[in-house]
Amino acid sequence: MLRLELVLDGEIIKKVKPHIGYLHRCFEKYAEEMDDYAKVIPYTDRMDYVSAMNQEHGYVVAVERMLELEVPERVEHIRVIVAEMQRIASHLLGIGAFGLDLGAFTPFLYLFTEREKILDIFEKVSGARLLYNYMAVGGLMRDVHPEFKEDVADFVKTFRPKIKELDNLLSYNKIFINRTANIGVLPVEVALNYAASGPVLRGSGLKWDLRKDDPYSIYDRFEFDIPVGSGEVGTLGDCWDRYIVRVREMEQSLRIIEQALESMPDEGDVMEAIPKRIRMKEGEIYVRTESPRGELGYFIAGDNSASPFRVKARAPSFVHLSMLPAISRGSLIADMVAIIGSIDIVLGEVDR
Amino acid sequence: MKSVEEILEYLSETFPETEFEALLGDVGPARIKVPAPVIKDVAKFLRDDGRLLFNTLMCLSGLHYPKEEEMGVAYHIHSTKLGHSLALNVRVPEEKAEVPTVESIWKTADWHEREAYDMVGITFTGHPDLRRILCPYDWEGHPLRKDYEQQEFYRGVTTNE
Repeated sequence: MLRLELVLDGEIIKKVKPHIGYLHRCFEKYAEEMDDYAKVIPYTDRMDYVSAMNQEHGYVVAVERMLELEVPERVEHIRVIVAEMQRIASHLLGIGAFGLDLGAFTPFLYLFTEREKILDIFEKVSGARLLYNYMAVGGLMRDVHPEFKEDVADFVKTFRPKIKELDNLLSYNKIFINRTANIGVLPVEVALNYAASGPVLRGSGLKWDLRKDDPYSIYDRFEFDIPVGSGEVGTLGDCWDRYIVRVREMEQSLRIIEQALESMPDEGDVMEAIPKRIRMKEGEIYVRTESPRGELGYFIAGDNSASPFRVKARAPSFVHLSMLPAISRGSLIADMVAIIGSIDIVLGEVDR
Repeated sequence: MKSVEEILEYLSETFPETEFEALLGDVGPARIKVPAPVIKDVAKFLRDDGRLLFNTLMCLSGLHYPKEEEMGVAYHIHSTKLGHSLALNVRVPEEKAEVPTVESIWKTADWHEREAYDMVGITFTGHPDLRRILCPYDWEGHPLRKDYEQQEFYRGVTTNE
């Protein structure tokens, strides 16, 4: 639900004015009304509803940092595994929908088959397929099912070859390249001035990933690369570069999952560190995590009470959409679809 | 990487007539309180000075402090070149909630400031396009103010269903 007002000269875009807010559900207002920091978690799910695990992860990390709470090893491992699976699921949807927007219907179906497998595992883990309410401050709502490790390992094994398949099906498809290369070029300096992050910033060639550059959870223990755009088939920072970063990133997520499966403790109570009652001290904190779409930040202000004084979610999609006028000026109107698809916005997160 | 103390020192050197204050909560890093009239100059200095290079504005949030009868803006900035972060706070009185815009320093402030205007009603002077962003353009009041009362009707439709 997004309305774009365009000023055109023939087919050339002269001006873009996005109108948002159609999906505004008062997340921040609700957060202030809650009498417990933990009760905000289900609302975070509903912001970026295709990567709910990452939204929860960001929020619990922020509250835990404010409380200076230690989280058990097993919990950290499970969180990283589900967060990376969610990243893959989200990219599969993003890439699939991107192709769909440009008229490539088939890849969408292939990718959805894979995404389905992840959602099946999440259903076993949390009981839900989209909005999980799974992570808790200091722990998890429940332990994973007994076959969790096997299920995830199975998925990793079957999914890896599919990335190659995707390259053949879409990435290096001539029509797809014609529609995305040299389109919507975003120079890195502009990207930084707009505070772009995630695949959008990396597509412009900057090696920047909060999992490495502002580490949280236990990401500093894992080995993985940060794929960046290189102008391989067009200009650095074009739609194709942003796309390919997401494809390559899925491979890296698989690597993280494999390492986390290896070091994950088999025993441990995932609920032991959950505080009975959260009473926040006074202070303000801004904590950011790497969601599939980029920097997901939570600004939390506490005032010595059980209820948040202020919670602001800094959503990557919101920031990226604000950049749209800058990157689409001078493009053809038909390329607008490609540009929007390449920044991969979720309106639920834009409007909150 | 510069500490808050060092940055505070640079600021006092560069703006000798202005008083900066370090705010310290029970949790979270120290924040620098900046008087509203100089925020734009301070932002420009923080971005351009070779020792600081704060090239991105991560987040900008509007706040309402009913006890102090003040409005606040929290800026969270980061330098991708030097790897340090900083939080700035601006406080203005409720009845004259005006803060100069930093949109020309960090473009991303454009929408963040519109959101802060929409949600808590802070006016960012000099902003090129200060309209509501999340609420409808003809909505009344600013929902995240602590004294907010929701309007009963919006275009003839009840809002309390």
